[in-house]
Amino acid sequence: MELVLVNLIDGLVTGLLLFMLSAGLTLIFSMMGVLNFAHASFYMLGAYFAYQISIALGFWMGLLIAPIIVGVLGAGVERYGLRRVHQYGHVPELIFTFGLALLIEELVQFLWGKNQMAYNIPEVLHFTAFSIAGNSIPAYKIFMIFISIGIFMGLLYVLTKTRVGMIIQAALSYPKTVEALGHNVPLVFMGVFGVGTALAGVAGVIAGPVLGTFPGMAFVLGSIVFVTIVIGGLGSLWGALVASLLIGWITTFAKSYNIAMSDILNSVGIATPENLDDNIFRDLWTITSPQVADILPYILMVLILIFRPYGLLGNRDA
Amino acid sequence: MRKSIKLGMGAVLALTVSSAAVMADNIKIAFIDPLSGPFASTGTNGLHQFEFAADYMINANGGVLGGDKFEVIGFDNKISPKESLIQLQVAIDQGVRFIVQGNSSGVANALTEAVEKHNKRNPESRVLFLNYAAVDPALTNDKCNFWHFRFDANADIKMDALTDVIAQDDAIKKVYIIGQDYSFGKAVAAAAVANLTSKRPDIEIVGNELHPIGKVKDFTPYSRKIVSSGADAVITGNWGSDMVGLGKSVIENGYTGPIFTYYAAGSGITGAFGAAGKGVIRLVGEGQINPPASPEASAYYNAFLAKYPEGNVDQPRISNTIGMLAQAIEAAGTADDVVAVANALEGMEFDSIWGSKIFMRANDHQAIQNMHISAHTNEGVTFAYDGSEYGVVVESTIEMAAMDSPSTCEMKRP
Repeated sequence: MELVLVNLIDGLVTGLLLFMLSAGLTLIFSMMGVLNFAHASFYMLGAYFAYQISIALGFWMGLLIAPIIVGVLGAGVERYGLRRVHQYGHVPELIFTFGLALLIEELVQFLWGKNQMAYNIPEVLHFTAFSIAGNSIPAYKIFMIFISIGIFMGLLYVLTKTRVGMIIQAALSYPKTVEALGHNVPLVFMGVFGVGTALAGVAGVIAGPVLGTFPGMAFVLGSIVFVTIVIGGLGSLWGALVASLLIGWITTFAKSYNIAMSDILNSVGIATPENLDDNIFRDLWTITSPQVADILPYILMVLILIFRPYGLLGNRDA
Repeated sequence: MRKSIKLGMGAVLALTVSSAAVMADNIKIAFIDPLSGPFASTGTNGLHQFEFAADYMINANGGVLGGDKFEVIGFDNKISPKESLIQLQVAIDQGVRFIVQGNSSGVANALTEAVEKHNKRNPESRVLFLNYAAVDPALTNDKCNFWHFRFDANADIKMDALTDVIAQDDAIKKVYIIGQDYSFGKAVAAAAVANLTSKRPDIEIVGNELHPIGKVKDFTPYSRKIVSSGADAVITGNWGSDMVGLGKSVIENGYTGPIFTYYAAGSGITGAFGAAGKGVIRLVGEGQINPPASPEASAYYNAFLAKYPEGNVDQPRISNTIGMLAQAIEAAGTADDVVAVANALEGMEFDSIWGSKIFMRANDHQAIQNMHISAHTNEGVTFAYDGSEYGVVVESTIEMAAMDSPSTCEMKRP
């Protein structure tokens, strides 16, 4: 029972981290109709910048400055890259962001090398917050939870309660009308792209010390972010949150409990074959849940696409 | 102005052509390992160590066979067996006769099969496969062949040494085994179970599990299971970012016992563990880094640091591989007839600067050498890793480990 609580917390941390990445991606998609393949690369840049800054000025300045640099870079990419490519349609845009992702990875390897960086948790947060039945919950995890929730609240407030948010939402659905009313829509787009990438940067800053800061970190997380926004519904902020938490909990629980396929099959009344070595379904019988944990989100995505193609909370028209 | 540029270009071209002609006598060694992707750091550091060993030990001393130089060429296999076979073909087409590879036994299994087939079909361009780190025992047992030589101790030998140490520690009652889900991870787990049950039947194996290789983002759920199992010791064969991820996560989530590992040093891993790994991380491996085994070892390491200030000599077996290959080529009197070189390697005894005699067993092509259990620490470290103050210091040594271990290899000689 205690372990369930611990896993709930761990899954929450994973989910919220995923949310910070997918929130930016889903906003950018709903705005420009383009999937930003380089999104996870901005996450990686966030971690590397924060590492570099933390050497000179400490972790907290890194947390403050790195996302701003990443956001400015992202805005620059939109202004001088995507906006030019936009007139040629969606496919060139996709290819552009894909190339950018490869470029950023090479650049990071060029500047920092291929080794894992010694980017560590700040000393202040290096203690056990509390422990549940011998399982210690590091204070840093609690810190991650608060930062993510804080960002979600802030984002929600800006988007739904402020004038800026109203203009953004209007620009998403009726860009022509908003432009006719005298608002600078390209500027709005650039701003949203910048904020979206800055969010990925924040995720990188706080995830770098726990998940490792190395050139493969964008690749490892890249595909799962897309899965998240497809499950949640493209363009839906709430959908991204629900899907992120769902994926966080599913993978955590699947890894924590060794549920064997043979147990499941036995419980539905299929007996284990006598000689497994000769059986053609041997691989199926010997599967355990930790082995398949990381592909469960993909299975979920396929099911969602079949039964609810617009995602959990997505807009039917999108 | 234009003319002078053209002239200059011509001169440069002529120079490159003539230097290429001089280089023609080089003995080419193809290094086929990951140079991009999640395991790029491990591969790149290996390549640097090979290039350095060839330059420092061989080329700077006049080469072999009275002047032939070693040339190490890197091929990126992206840790994929399929890609490795393509790179193998490219290397053979470039006239390479010696293949070195080490990262991933999955790749090594594919390569050793491909090399055997190639050598059977193309007797005029045979190649040798010098395996410096892939430790799946099958490579020198069921799947052995005449063209494959292993310079690292295999997973069984290492586990034998490691469990000797565990068996002596009465405080260890529960052991958790975790590894990457492929042939090597499975071999480690099987060897751990077999050794522990025979050496210390009272030890309870509280967990034995595999996770996907290179795909786990967050190891927290695994560490939760390890902590809640009450394990006194963890055994893992993980390497690269999987090692750092697992180790850091296990330590952060409240585990304080020892983690017995194969590859938790160098390539950024030592630096990433830092203070957290002290008193926790133990390694089994060949080659004594700290305290330095010999003045030659210190000189070698210092020269390496002069070239790669940020680098580590974390795979001493690489210099053994180069040294033994050179000795074999000298003994055979040729670098073109790989059968003669292979015959010279069989049964060879080599004095390593890292404080061990190395014996290449003829019956299965497995190198036998001293095994060390080292600890990750910042005390008594002469040569630290990753520009940090931490390094590995030898705690105990097993002389010529597994010298008489059996092998199921039935070698077919040409």
